[in-house]
Amino acid sequence: MYTFSSRLKTFSFVLIALGILGIGYSFLTAPKTVEDVEKILAAENAHGGHGAAHHDAGNAHGEDAHGHHAVSHDEAAASHANHGNDAHAEADHHAGADDAHAAHDEHQEHLEHVLHQLQNKPWSALYIAALFFMLISLGALTFYAIQNAAQAGWSPVLFRVMESISSYLVPGAIIVFILLVLGVLDMHHIFIWMDEDVVAHDHLIQAKSGYLNGPFFLIRAAIFMGGWIWYRQYSRKNSLLQDDANDNTHYKKNFKASATFLVFFIISESIMSWDWIMSVDPHWYSTLFGWYVFASFFVSGITAIALITVYLKGKGYLEYVNTSHIHDLAKFMFGISIFWTYLWFSQFMLMWYADIPEEVVYFKTRIEDYNLPFFGMLAMNFLFPVLILINTDFKRLSWIIVMAGIVILCGHYIDFFNMIMPATVGDRWFIGAGEIGSVLLFLGLFIFVVFTTLTKAPLLAKRNPLIEESKHFHY
Amino acid sequence: MSSHYEAPIRKPLIIGDKNYHDVTVDVARPVEGRANRQWWIAFSIALAAFLWGVGCVAYTVGTGIGTWGSNKTVGWAWDITNFVWWVGIGHAGTLISAVLLLFRQKWRMAINRSAEAMTIFSVIQAAMFPVFHMGRPWLAYWVMPIPNQFGSLWVNFNSPLLWDVFAISTYLSVSLVFWWTGLLPDFAMLRDRAITPFTKRVYSILSFGWSGRAKDWQRFEEVSLVLAGLATPLVLSVHTIVSFDFATSVIPGWHTTILPPYFVAGAIFSGFAMVNTLLIIMRKVSHLEAYITVQHIELMNIIIMITGSIVGCAYITELFIAWYSGVEYEQYAFLNRATGPYWWSYLLMMTCNVVSPQVMWVKKIRTSIMASFIISIVVNIGMWFERFVIIVTSLHRDYLPSSWTMFQPTFVDAGFFIGTIGFFFVLFLLYSRSFPVIAQAEVKSIMKTSSENYKKKREQEHGNDNHSHSEHNH
Repeated sequence: MYTFSSRLKTFSFVLIALGILGIGYSFLTAPKTVEDVEKILAAENAHGGHGAAHHDAGNAHGEDAHGHHAVSHDEAAASHANHGNDAHAEADHHAGADDAHAAHDEHQEHLEHVLHQLQNKPWSALYIAALFFMLISLGALTFYAIQNAAQAGWSPVLFRVMESISSYLVPGAIIVFILLVLGVLDMHHIFIWMDEDVVAHDHLIQAKSGYLNGPFFLIRAAIFMGGWIWYRQYSRKNSLLQDDANDNTHYKKNFKASATFLVFFIISESIMSWDWIMSVDPHWYSTLFGWYVFASFFVSGITAIALITVYLKGKGYLEYVNTSHIHDLAKFMFGISIFWTYLWFSQFMLMWYADIPEEVVYFKTRIEDYNLPFFGMLAMNFLFPVLILINTDFKRLSWIIVMAGIVILCGHYIDFFNMIMPATVGDRWFIGAGEIGSVLLFLGLFIFVVFTTLTKAPLLAKRNPLIEESKHFHY
Repeated sequence: MSSHYEAPIRKPLIIGDKNYHDVTVDVARPVEGRANRQWWIAFSIALAAFLWGVGCVAYTVGTGIGTWGSNKTVGWAWDITNFVWWVGIGHAGTLISAVLLLFRQKWRMAINRSAEAMTIFSVIQAAMFPVFHMGRPWLAYWVMPIPNQFGSLWVNFNSPLLWDVFAISTYLSVSLVFWWTGLLPDFAMLRDRAITPFTKRVYSILSFGWSGRAKDWQRFEEVSLVLAGLATPLVLSVHTIVSFDFATSVIPGWHTTILPPYFVAGAIFSGFAMVNTLLIIMRKVSHLEAYITVQHIELMNIIIMITGSIVGCAYITELFIAWYSGVEYEQYAFLNRATGPYWWSYLLMMTCNVVSPQVMWVKKIRTSIMASFIISIVVNIGMWFERFVIIVTSLHRDYLPSSWTMFQPTFVDAGFFIGTIGFFFVLFLLYSRSFPVIAQAEVKSIMKTSSENYKKKREQEHGNDNHSHSEHNH
């Protein structure tokens, strides 16, 4: 049996405490009024800091901002500076009628726009981290389901690790669900289509309102999360019962439940990604999006399995896990990283090549305003893991797995950052107390829940009919 | 390579009382024996279809592409449908030999040889459609990037059609090398058994002087892994690039980002269906039921069911996102697919590809040889119609309503397609009588772990052991 070391437990509590402090700070320091924003912008101009070039341009500033936002952040812009007035103000401006007045209007709108972006920022940071850690545990659960359904012989010695990671799904999903409910209750504005004023002026969102509406959105979320959690609890129960069984009944039940779960998953995962991620940009759409999101959290889930396995092995647990098992996990990290890149490239290249304005705006925003995270993510999620994990011997070295794993997890966090932030905070992004605090909070919670579950059952699924194959696994 | 221990719940992959020598004899028998009547009947039919196709192609080349049903609005139809269909079928071979090798699936060993042969033969069929659509096939080498001084024109590297040329030629070469590498020890086996000097000579040339020494085997294993590593991205890349032919455009129904992975899934789907069609016949005709067992068919059926469900998921995604996009052209393209003049082909595609594989959830059906054979044919029909639906329904309602039209294949179109089916079977039938159709060297490597014979022996030896062990557990 595993015992949760007090050092690790303290560490997880410290992470949670630091996270709460960071998140609290980010909410407290978010601007409350337009005047606050004016001060921030003035300070930026004075210091020539972030976005200085952008805002320095004096009177051109209004036009620049609006030209920019109309193309890049039309959803975010719509949140308060409704399009009708925008066009009106600009028409006035160009007609030369009452120049000063128009400029003042625009300035005011811009300030409000930035205010909303900055108010969205701590919420978005919290949401991204909550979603990311929940999806890591869902990714591990999916991997577990695939192992069961495929009757894989190499992996049963890792089942308890996978089951522990997926135990985070319960608190993780509840937290995400609460955040979604808060969105529907208008507590935050991550989902712009939930804002009735915006919808009233937006024909495209109106056309989608049969699908994108609060109640239906929450019903879908409840069904999906309920289904995943049900499979997680059911398969865990059977896995534990199988330990002391005389026959393979519970194993067979898990086999059937896993196949059923995977069918449910392939449908719910796509819809989940449209709902919780794609709809933050409610005008944009991509048929590949669901599978792209899946590849991102699937590789993250596998990486989490590898990291925790390496940690436990280092502490002297998991006696039957040998370098061949580690090697296989590293191969999956390598392979799914390439698969993720393949889907990333397919989505990016097809939109870039066709150059249809409604579509390509998504990548234009990201390349212009998120250049470093956008391309940095490719280095972290593709170049680095592929170059380092292609070597056979490296795939058996713990420190290489840990290093590559940390880069992969950070890289996929940035992937989710890039999916959400451009729609909610536009070009006002930076990695601050809110972002770091949210990651620390959920990392602490994740460690606490996962390692607590590890203590609850023996680390070997000893009566799994394939366990001997897994123990003898060597090549 | 893989572990030598196998859990008792695994079913044997080689059934019956087979020893190592039996494998050799069983695999060599179709090559060494004489062809029976059924073989000659099948060969004659295939040859006739092939010759009919040759005639139609000759007519096309002599008269021009006007003999086809393609028109000004639907400039791409029958030819590209057949091209994509054949390329797709080829995918299963590489998937079985490369991806299943990396996943250490022992059951691939009975079927990889024929699946790879099928890959190569179907890629040959596929390549003919674009070549003859060029109109002047003797200038086909112009698709290669040859300097202008040579007389051709420099190629357009921005065109996915050119990427296709590279992707498919790479794929064909790597598949051929992979296939032949695996064949070397088996050709050597035929060489060593040959009784006439002529056959001995032929098979010793084909086996590249294989000696069977430890060094040979070590190199063989290494090169297999390297080729598997190379071929795995190729499985994804080929149909991805085929999908780019459509998806890079701005045509509603073609331009959709899910197309690359969904084409790959569809290709594996149709490829496995074709492997099932071929092997269900071959195991019977060549008496290989002990190696290509019902379990093999069942596993292929499961892959058909999974890939069919993935394809179905992609169909529904496309439909939903077309509505969600709010783009009326996009919405019309999909409405027209389902309810327009080609509604019947859409219905065929949906029922054959999405509904029919779902019956495989029933164990009785997926282990029934007859049902598997029927479903495999149904899936191949469905996958042909999938390409037809994507290509023709998106084109036949173009941007100018006055040019809206229908596509009507001519007898030349039909003849060309039937000809490729004939050619494919001519090649496959010749292969089945001159090549070792099962990778016997590889099958022998799993004899001890996975054959019924050895499993029984092990049980007898350790029967008491296991019993006391399980008692001990509680």
